[in-house]
Amino acid sequence: MLSRTADHLFWMARYTERAENTARMLDVNVQTALLPQAPRAAEEGWRATLSISELQSEFDQKYPKFTSKDMLHFMVADTSNPSSIASCLRFARENARAVRGALTTEVWETQNITWLEMQSQLSDNILEQDPSQFFEWVKYRSHLSRGVTFGTMLQDEALYFIRLGTFLERADNTARILDVKFHGAGAVPSAAKLGNENQHDYYYWAAILRSVSAFEIYRTVYRDAITPARVADLLMLRGDMPRSLLACLYHVVRDLRHVSADQNSHTLRMAGKMHAELEFARIEDILEEGLHDYLTDFLERVYTLGNRVSHDFLVPLAA
Amino acid sequence: MPNFFNEMYTDGATDVRDHYREFDRWLSSQSAKTIDRKRAEADLIFRRVGITFAVYGNEAGTERVIPFDIIPRMITASEWTQMQAGLVQRVRTLNMFIHDIYHDQNIVKAGIVPPEQIFRNAQYRPEMQGISVASDIYAHIAGVDIVRAGEGEFYVLEDNLRVPSGVSYMLEDRKMMMRLFPELFARYPVAPVAHYPDMLLDNLRSVAPVGVTDPTVVVMTPGMYNSAYFEHAFLAQQMGVELVEGQDLFVNDNQVYMRTTRGPKRVDVIYRRIDDDYLDPLAFRSDSTLGVPGLLSVYRAGRVTLANAIGTGVADDKSIYPYVPDMIRFYLSEEPILNNVPTYQCRKPKDLSYVLANLPKLVVKEVHGAGGYGMLVGPASSTAEIEAFRARIIAKPDGYIAQPTLALSACPTFVESGIAPRHIDLRPFVLSGKTISMVPGGLTRVALQEGSLVVNSSQGGGTKDTWILEN
Repeated sequence: MLSRTADHLFWMARYTERAENTARMLDVNVQTALLPQAPRAAEEGWRATLSISELQSEFDQKYPKFTSKDMLHFMVADTSNPSSIASCLRFARENARAVRGALTTEVWETQNITWLEMQSQLSDNILEQDPSQFFEWVKYRSHLSRGVTFGTMLQDEALYFIRLGTFLERADNTARILDVKFHGAGAVPSAAKLGNENQHDYYYWAAILRSVSAFEIYRTVYRDAITPARVADLLMLRGDMPRSLLACLYHVVRDLRHVSADQNSHTLRMAGKMHAELEFARIEDILEEGLHDYLTDFLERVYTLGNRVSHDFLVPLAA
Repeated sequence: MPNFFNEMYTDGATDVRDHYREFDRWLSSQSAKTIDRKRAEADLIFRRVGITFAVYGNEAGTERVIPFDIIPRMITASEWTQMQAGLVQRVRTLNMFIHDIYHDQNIVKAGIVPPEQIFRNAQYRPEMQGISVASDIYAHIAGVDIVRAGEGEFYVLEDNLRVPSGVSYMLEDRKMMMRLFPELFARYPVAPVAHYPDMLLDNLRSVAPVGVTDPTVVVMTPGMYNSAYFEHAFLAQQMGVELVEGQDLFVNDNQVYMRTTRGPKRVDVIYRRIDDDYLDPLAFRSDSTLGVPGLLSVYRAGRVTLANAIGTGVADDKSIYPYVPDMIRFYLSEEPILNNVPTYQCRKPKDLSYVLANLPKLVVKEVHGAGGYGMLVGPASSTAEIEAFRARIIAKPDGYIAQPTLALSACPTFVESGIAPRHIDLRPFVLSGKTISMVPGGLTRVALQEGSLVVNSSQGGGTKDTWILEN
C-alpha cells in the first residue's frame, strides 16, 4: 500500500475519533451546566475543556469575554479552529476523499454524508436549541463509520492503519477527558467517598462516566458507590472497557504487529512497553504518585508513538 | 432557432423517431411527480457518492455536481457501426502520425503537413524525437468529440489525445439510469458499457515495457483538487490499481518506484492524468511539484510506459486538425469515414480576411485552448464581444482557427420550463494498444442554456446517458 494512502487512512480515522470525543467532552459540560451551580464553576468547567484541548489562548484571543455560547460555537462550528468538530469532520472527509479508491463505497459514502449533513445541521441553529442532540448525532455517525469500516473493509493493511488511527486517538482523548478534573489537583485519596458534601462531584463523575458510555459499565463492574479512584481504574486499567487506555494500547500493539515487517522495531517495542505497564499497574500506586503527572507523561508518550508510526510507515524517505 | 437535427423527433416536435417511440410511450405514462422525484433522487445520489468536479477560479475545494438529464441519447446500431469504423480509422491514423513525426517525418517530406505547423508547435516535444514506445502507440486513450449535423452525418470537432476525461460520467450515468428506471432496460436492448475499466487495464498492461511479464499499473493524478479527481480515483479503484501522486513516485537506478508501507515497489505503466509540462521538473517545468524528477530519462530508456505518451498534444492541436483527413489518405489510403469541420486557419492571410469579415457567423477557437475557454461563438455573441475578440485575432492570427457554426443536433432535455431541445455532442473513448477497442457508447454532453452550443461542464453543461441500441 502507498505510504501516502496509509497516511490518509490513519488521519481519516483519527479525525473521526477526535470529533466523537470532542462531542463527548462538550456534552459533559452541557449536562453539568444543567445542575445548580455558581456561574464561576460553570465557566471553570468550560475552561477546563479548552485547556485539555490546548486551546485556551486561541479562544481568549478571539473572544475577550467568556460566554458558553461562544465557547460552543468555537469548539463545534468554528472552522478556523482546527480542533472544532466541524474542522475534524471536514478533515476526516478530505482524507477519505484523497484515498476514496482505497475505501469501500460504504465507508466513503458514510464520511461524505456525515460532512454533508453536518453542514445542514449546523445551519439549523441546533447549537442554541439542543446541543446534546447534535453531540448525539456526532457520536452515532462515528459509530456508523466504525461499523461500516469493520463490516465492509478487507482485513488488510488499510484496515490496520485505520484502526491504529482510531485507537491512538482514543487513548489520547480518554487520557485528556480524565485529566480535566485532576488538572492541577494533585493526588487523589484513593479511598475518598463522595458524600453529600461532594454532591456536585458525584454528578461530575457520573457525567464523565456517561461521556465515555461507562455509567452502566461502572455499576456492573464495581457494584458500589462512585469513587474517583475507581473511575480512574475503569478508564485506565480495565482491559474489558472499550475506551480505557489499556484497551486502546492493546489494539495499537496488535495492529502494529500486523503492519510491521520488523517485529523488533523500536516503535513496536515502545507500544508494547506502554501496554505492559498499564496491564500490570495498580491504580493505588498511580494515584500515590499523582494522576495528573502520570497522564501528562502518558499523553507525551502517545504523541511520540504517533510520530514514530508516521515516520516508520506513512511518510518514509525514499529507500 | 435555426434548423437543427432533433434526435427524438423528425419534425422537432411531435413525430417521434422509430427508436424513441417506446421511450416516448413510457415517458408519457409517468406522472410529473414521479419524474420530479427521480430527478431529485439522482442529484442527491450524485452528491452522496461525491461524483463531483472542482471548479477552477473558485476557492480551492469548491465541488459541484454535473447536472444529469434523465432523457437518454440513443444511437442506432447502424449509426454506431459507421461511427466506430470512423473512430478506429481516425485514431489509428493519429497514432501513425505521431510516430511518423517523431521518427522519419514522411508526411512532412510528402508535403502534406507544413513543417512549421509541427516543429514550431508548442506541443511538439523534441525530447521524443527518435524514441521508441511500446507497440508504437502514443495515444492509448483518445476521447474524440463528435457532433451530428444530420441523418448519418457526423463531424469530429476535436481529437483529445492528451488526458481526455469524462469516461467516469459515462459509467456513472448508466448506473444512475439503471438505478432510477430499471424498467426501461427491459424495453430497450442497450449495449453495456460497464466493462470499460477492464478493457482499460488490459490495454494498459498490453503496452508495458518490453520484457515485463506482470506489469504494475498505476493511475497518476495531480491530486484531489484537480477538476477530474473523482474520475482518477474512480478509475484506479475500478481497475484495482494504486492512485499515485508525483510525491509517491521516485526514480532510482533507471526505474520508477512507488513508496509503500513495505518499501519501494517498481512501477511499469503509468496512466497519467497530468499534463506533459508537469511530469518531470528536471525536463519540463522546473517549478512543478506534481511530477517525478528523472521520469523522462527512465521513459526515454524504455523502462516505463506513460499513457498517453509525451508529445501527443501536437496531433490534437487545432492547428493540426485541418490536416487529419489528408493524413488518413496518406497513411491508410482510405477515404475518411467521419467528417472534419471545414476550418479556416487565421495564420493564412486569405482565411484571416474571410474570418474577420464573417465573425458573427463563425465559431473561433484558440489553437491551444481547451475546456470551452477562450472561444467565440459568433451567432451567440454581442457586438462588443465580437469586437473584443477581433482585436485578439488581429494581434495574434496564428493563435486562432475558425469554423462555420454547425447546427449541432439537439435532444429533448428537462429544463426549468419542462422539456425542451438542447444541443448535444458525444465523446466516445477509444483505447489503443495491441489492438484498437472501445465500449459501445460515450459521454453525451448537453448545453443546458437555450440555444447554447457550449457543452463543457466547466461552462455549465450537463450529461446524459448514451444508449447504443443493439439490433
